Amino acid sequence: MSGRRGNFAVEAERYEFHAAPMHQFELGRRDFFKLLGAGIAVFAIAKDARAGQETAPGPKAFHNEELPKDISAWLHVGEDGTVTGFTGKAEIGQNIRTALAQTVADELRVPFESVRMVTADTALTPFDAGTFGSRTTPTITPQLRRVANAARDLLVAAAAKEWNIAPEGLVAADAKVTDPASGRSFRYAELARGKTLAQNLPAEDPVTPATQWTIAGKAIPKVDARAFVTGRHQYTPDLRPDGLLYGKILRPPSFGATLVSCDDTAAKAMPGVVVVRDGDFIGAAAPSAHEAQSALNAIHAQWKEVPQISDKEIFAYLKKNPAPDSGDRFRKQKGSVEEALAGAAHRVDATYTVAYIAHAPLEPRAAVAQWADGKLTVWTGTQRPFANRDELADIFRLPESSVRVIVPDTGSAYGGKHTSDAAIEAARLARTAGRPVKVVWTREEEFTWAYFRPAGVIEVKSGLANDGTLTAWDFHNYHSGMSAIETPYVVANQRTEYHQVSLILRSGSYRGLAATANHFARETHMDALSRTAQIDPLEFRIRNLSDPRMRAVLDAATKSFGWPRKKTQEGQGFGLACGYEKGSYVATCAEVAVDKASGAVRVVLLTEAFECGAIVNPDGLRNQVVGAMIQGLGGALFEAIEFENGRIQNPHFATYRVPRFRDVPEIEATLLDRKDIPSAGAGETPIMAVAPAIGNAIFDATKIRLNSLPLAPNGVRTS
Amino acid sequence: MATPMELEVNGKRYAVHYPPDTSLLYVLRDELGLTGSKYGCGEGQCGACTVLIGKAPRRSCQIPVSAAAAKPITTIEGLEKDGRLHPVQQAFLDAGAFQCAFCTSGMIMSSVGLLQSNPNPSQADIVQFLQGNICRCGTHPRVIEAIHHAAKTMQEHGR
Repeated sequence: MSGRRGNFAVEAERYEFHAAPMHQFELGRRDFFKLLGAGIAVFAIAKDARAGQETAPGPKAFHNEELPKDISAWLHVGEDGTVTGFTGKAEIGQNIRTALAQTVADELRVPFESVRMVTADTALTPFDAGTFGSRTTPTITPQLRRVANAARDLLVAAAAKEWNIAPEGLVAADAKVTDPASGRSFRYAELARGKTLAQNLPAEDPVTPATQWTIAGKAIPKVDARAFVTGRHQYTPDLRPDGLLYGKILRPPSFGATLVSCDDTAAKAMPGVVVVRDGDFIGAAAPSAHEAQSALNAIHAQWKEVPQISDKEIFAYLKKNPAPDSGDRFRKQKGSVEEALAGAAHRVDATYTVAYIAHAPLEPRAAVAQWADGKLTVWTGTQRPFANRDELADIFRLPESSVRVIVPDTGSAYGGKHTSDAAIEAARLARTAGRPVKVVWTREEEFTWAYFRPAGVIEVKSGLANDGTLTAWDFHNYHSGMSAIETPYVVANQRTEYHQVSLILRSGSYRGLAATANHFARETHMDALSRTAQIDPLEFRIRNLSDPRMRAVLDAATKSFGWPRKKTQEGQGFGLACGYEKGSYVATCAEVAVDKASGAVRVVLLTEAFECGAIVNPDGLRNQVVGAMIQGLGGALFEAIEFENGRIQNPHFATYRVPRFRDVPEIEATLLDRKDIPSAGAGETPIMAVAPAIGNAIFDATKIRLNSLPLAPNGVRTS
Repeated sequence: MATPMELEVNGKRYAVHYPPDTSLLYVLRDELGLTGSKYGCGEGQCGACTVLIGKAPRRSCQIPVSAAAAKPITTIEGLEKDGRLHPVQQAFLDAGAFQCAFCTSGMIMSSVGLLQSNPNPSQADIVQFLQGNICRCGTHPRVIEAIHHAAKTMQEHGR
């Protein structure tokens, strides 16, 4: 396992632009029925299983790969009437287990309680590139709906055959097929009995429109919620297979350090301890975590460190160091930006910066690995079980069929759990130990050795006509990413460019990716422009927008906020921002109170309107929207990773501040249900207008324009 | 050196052998198999490991097992009685006060501790008491709602 890091290019995670290899599903039809018992099964061969897994817009190279003919979802109706749906997506707190079961129940016409979802298990579920990009709802929901629809047709046909009549006119409802003419009926369970009928999905079946949903669209509580309030649900760190050893990894003192020498004699002499040295990898496994840590403490390793960029110089560095291979670059232009800038009645130019931040999921990276007969099984909290499987197979030189990755419902991820680090570490230790090994990262490891939302610099030049029409827009993003980089405003002359920079800190996906950075820059800039034009910020946006869905969220958010409001207190300020990404629309309004003496900023109220097409579960959606607003408040006001000499300076919750109860403002979320529009995902977009809305409110309160995220980790200097 | 000692957890007595400075959380999770209490930071900063020692909510990752031996310990697994959820558990369930739910057992234990010392907390009381419990999913408003609801239920039923 030498060159451990070299084998997984961490940059592959970057901005979610990974093109996974194509895989064939390995569970055969016979195995399938052996596993689930007799019944009726329907498979979806999804033409769009992988299309659109990436966030748009992106470079062309990532879009024109040939789409695989892959099974994307399937469904089984068992002899006892139990319905099982399969998807490779993972439940990470976003509530897809519930939302997908609702969809299946709705389309199959069975009670919600009879549906269970099998998720994210590489031996049982169809291939899936990963749970990211807000793709579960727009891709898996319609596929499961078509599969359920086809299963319903099969059941109707089976009943018609039993009665020896034509299927037309038979009614499927309440897990039964009924013949209205005679009143006779078959339960689905009866129709499935003794059958091993598997069918591919017919090409395009009409499915139930959102206006006729009965189970989808309802606020159904989280599946198995009782297991979570009683502590019974087992997350990866809670698993304790027989013979388990606890693994710990010796980390280098700084990023990029290489091992010079290592004396592990004392550690190896400890009873029950297994020490593994393989290239730069040094780890220990022992019957308790305590003993594993003692073994690590007894290892004397010398490392060679390399000079590193620090947070003090990061933004200057990003501007001056374009990546040598800048093929991965986004550039779009129309009209003549230079001419329009030169001829503008008003000019506003500004530079914005965004700090590295951490996901800090409360469940740290963890894995349990077990080898048996040359095969490897790993339980791990990951958003990409199939990519984890491939990496494990690659590194241990196994066929993919010899590796199984299972994802227990996971203690959150926010884009931070794409890699397979803990899985590889546990598997490496377990291989030598000959026993199952569990690796649970410490909070400090989590803050240091995971990856970050990338820092970035964004430069904007813009021009206005006298009537407040935006005439020129020149937008350059260095390093933070391409998500939502294009302006939704109507501008005749515009240029948008993404400038790639080589990684400084290990960076990757984060809820919304660069959409927050790009919206922060754009919507702060729009606020500044509205002030220059002396037009109300809401009116200014509406004047430069044509998209009715954007106008609708602006209208709803400002209505709930009471925009425009009169100030009633010193230090009070109001701000708003809006945006579009991944098929959904958001507008956020913020009220802040800035203490004149201390400069402390308190967010008093956030109102947000969100629209993602037809709502599948309003209660789960509200949780996601409000949650994104609160999480977004952290990155807006105070979250920032500090680093120097290849070391993270604040790798603890005591020094890396995340939103706590005291930071949470009054919140109003308005969910617009558009039953005429296909459902889009909702895990990300609700976060991205929070920071600019707060920043604009701070400007309104203080006349100080803050162009850097976090806005006010130590308050605003008002004098 | 591992020292034998006795712990009373959820009404059961356990003999444990651990060095006295081992954290209570490790003993609960790794020796007793009570994995409902979570490791979130190991630094007493996130509250995911909260248990009751006597009636006081404590961060079990910061309590040496030797210091926990004197008083009865209650973990999330000990709240449910005869298949009936504790009113705080029921209130979290009813309010949907969780997303990934990794913080939930710690939130519930802190809330039980709060309501034992302050049966009718104000919003400000709740915010102050739960300041040490981190929820990364941002479910705070529902947690507050659940605690208000549980307080009402417990007062009505005299618990």
